[in-house]
Amino acid sequence: MQLYRSHVLVCGGTGCTSSNSEKIIAEFDVQLARNNLQNEVKIVKTGCFGLCAEGPIIVVYPEGAMYTMVKVEDVKEITEEHLLKGRIVKRLLLSSGHDAKDADEASSSLENSEFFKRQMRVALRNCGIINPEQIDEYIAYDGYKALGKALTELKPADVIEILKKSGLRGRGGGGFPTGLKWDFAAKQPEGKKYVCCNADEGDPGAFMDRSVLEGDPHSLIEAMAIAAYAIGSDQGYVYVRAEYPIAVKRLQIAIEQAKEYGLLGKNIFGTDFNFDLEIRLGAGAFVCGEETALMTSVEGHRGEPRPRPPFPAVKGLWDKPTILNNVETYANVPVIILKGAEWFTSIGTEKSKGTKVFAVGGNINNTGLVEVPMGTTLREVVYDIGGGIPKGKKFKAAQTGGPSGGCIPASHLDTPIDYDSLIQLGSMMGSGGLIVMDEDSCMVDIAKFFLEFTVEESCGKCPPCRIGTKRMLEVLERITEGKGEEGDIEKLEILAKNIKASALCGLGQTAPNPVLSTLRYFKDEYMAHVVDKKCPAGVCKSMMKYVIDADACKSCGICAKQCPVSAISGEKKVPYVIDQDKCIKCGVCMEKCPFKAIFKNV
Amino acid sequence: MKSLAELEEIRKKTLEQISLRKSNDGMRVIVGMATCGIAAGARPVMTAFVEELNKRNMTDVTVTMTGCIGVCRLEPIVEVIDKDGNKTTYVKMTPEKAVRIVAEHIVNGRVCADYTIGEADK
Repeated sequence: MQLYRSHVLVCGGTGCTSSNSEKIIAEFDVQLARNNLQNEVKIVKTGCFGLCAEGPIIVVYPEGAMYTMVKVEDVKEITEEHLLKGRIVKRLLLSSGHDAKDADEASSSLENSEFFKRQMRVALRNCGIINPEQIDEYIAYDGYKALGKALTELKPADVIEILKKSGLRGRGGGGFPTGLKWDFAAKQPEGKKYVCCNADEGDPGAFMDRSVLEGDPHSLIEAMAIAAYAIGSDQGYVYVRAEYPIAVKRLQIAIEQAKEYGLLGKNIFGTDFNFDLEIRLGAGAFVCGEETALMTSVEGHRGEPRPRPPFPAVKGLWDKPTILNNVETYANVPVIILKGAEWFTSIGTEKSKGTKVFAVGGNINNTGLVEVPMGTTLREVVYDIGGGIPKGKKFKAAQTGGPSGGCIPASHLDTPIDYDSLIQLGSMMGSGGLIVMDEDSCMVDIAKFFLEFTVEESCGKCPPCRIGTKRMLEVLERITEGKGEEGDIEKLEILAKNIKASALCGLGQTAPNPVLSTLRYFKDEYMAHVVDKKCPAGVCKSMMKYVIDADACKSCGICAKQCPVSAISGEKKVPYVIDQDKCIKCGVCMEKCPFKAIFKNV
Repeated sequence: MKSLAELEEIRKKTLEQISLRKSNDGMRVIVGMATCGIAAGARPVMTAFVEELNKRNMTDVTVTMTGCIGVCRLEPIVEVIDKDGNKTTYVKMTPEKAVRIVAEHIVNGRVCADYTIGEADK
C-alpha cells in the first residue's frame, strides 16, 4: 500500500472538464515527474465541488488549500512552490469569501469560505471528495454499508418504514413522498418488478443530477439496490441523458466495479437477494423526463406520456409494478438508512425534510451547485452563498422549477424555500434549477423564453399542450413586438387555465406556469408592453430605439462608421441622426460613442 | 461481496490511504523547505519521514512543508507538533535522525533532546 504525503484533488465534472481540467491533470503528471514527487503526491480526479463559476478547481490536502480558475501554466508554479516547498500560491486561492493572508488562514479556506460554510451536503456528500472511478474510495466513506445493513439487519418492510418516517420527498419535481411510492409497489403481488432512475435532467440550467452521477455514481447504485430489496425487485434501469457523456461513462465504470465486487449480481452480501442494473440512454426529448414517457422510452418505443392511473407503482415498465425516482432522491437514501429517520427529520421544515440541491445560475456571482437545508431563504442562497448580483445590480426575481415553475419576486426574498412555500408563491421546486434575474431582465421576455422551450419540446400527443402552448406563445410574441392588443392578457389567462386543466401529462399541465407567475407579480410590465408599447427593462428590441442626444453629440462620426447597416447619417457641426427604419438595434453605436451621447429610449 | 466484514476491511484499508483529506488531529511533522532548507538537504529528510511513517502504517501523522524559519545556518529544520500542540524543533537534520525521531518521538513520545535547537546552540 502506498501512502502519499499530499493529495491533489482536481475537479473532473463537466464544468471544469470544459475549462481544461483534463489537461491540468496531465500537466501535473509531467511536473511531478520532473520534480521527482510522483511517489509523494497523488493526483485524484474528483466530481464537482459546486463552485463551477470559479473552475477549474483544485484542492490540495493536507492543507485543504483551494485553488480556483487554475490554468495549465499555473501547474508548474503550484508544483514547485506548494508541493515542493510548501508555500501556498496565494494568488490562485479562492478569492470570494475572504483573503487568506497566510498559509494558516489559507489552510482552511475550503471549509471557511462563505460559499461552503453555509451549505449542508447530504446528496452531494462525496462530490469533490472521492474519486468517482474508485469504488474503494466510496466504500471508505461508508459506501455500501447501508445496503449491507438493509440486507442483513432489516426486513423490506423496515426499509420502507424508515423511508416513510424520514419524510423524504421526490427531488425531481412534484415532491411525492418516496416511502409511500415504494410502499405502493411493495404491496403489489409478488413477481417481476422494476426499479428505475430518472436521470433525464432536461430543465434549462439544472445540473444537480449530472453532478451526482459524475461525482458519486455509487451512491445511486447503492440506493437503487436498497429500493429493489424494499419492493422485491431484481432489475433496475437508469435512464440517463445521452448528452451527459462523462456521467454515462462514470456510471458505466461504477456498475462494472460494483459487479466485480459482487455488490450487483447474485447473492449480494451472502443473502438470496439478486439485483442487476442497466443503463438506458435518453432519447433526447424533454418529455422523456416525464415518468410514463420515460418508461415507454425504456421499453424501446417513442417517448410519449400516457394517462395515469394506472400509476407506475401498479402498472409501469412492461406493465409490471415499477418505482421511479430521480438521482438526487436516491442519493439521499443510503444516508437515511445509515443515520436513521430521526436524523433526517431534524433537518428542514415541517413538511419538507432534509436538504435540497440547487443549480444556481443567471445574474449571480457564484454560479454553481449548492445544497442547503429545506427552509433556507432565497436571500441566503442568492446573497450569502451565491455572492450577490454582479455589478451591484438589483435583484428582480428568481426563476425556480424550470419550464414548469415560476418566478419569485424580490418581495418574497425572505420566504423559506420548501415544496409548499414555492407552490404557494405560484412556482414549484421542480428539479432545483434556480435562475437569478437582475433589474435588466424583462419578465415578459422570460415567460416567452420558457414557453418557446415548451412549444419546441411538446411531444404533440394531446391538443391542449400541442396547440394551446403554441397559441400562448403567439400572443406573447405579439406583445413583445409591440403589437399587443387589448384583451391579450385575458386571452393568456384563459388559455393557461384551460391547458392546466386538460393537458395529458405533468409537462403540459405546468407549461403555463411561467406565464401565470409573471402575470401575478409583474402585471404592470405586461401592461406597459400592451398599452404603452414599452419594455421597461429595455430588452424587447422592437419597442426601444437608440437616440442621439443632439446637445451632447460632437459630430465626430464614429457611430456612423461603426453602424453595420449605415443607419446613421450627419455632417460636421450638425448632430448625427439615427434612421429608425434602418436601425437593427445592435447597440454598437452606444458602445462606441466617446461622448456618451447615444442612449436607449424605452 | 459476501459479508459486511469484507466491506469493512476495504473501508478501513482505503480510509488509511485517503485519511489525509479528512481533518486530522494527529501529530504533524513540518519540514522547512525554503531554498536554505533544500540546499542543506531537506528533501531526503522529508522523504525519510514519509517512508518511515509509511513502513509503520502511521496514517494519522501528516508531513507538511513550510518556508524559511530564519535560522538558515541550522537547516534542515523539522518541527514536530504533538496532539496537544507542543512544538519541538529539530535542527541539522539527516535522514538517519529522521528515522530515530519517528521511532522515539512520534511512536513513543520521547523527545530526542540531543537533536533539538536548544542542544545545537550549547
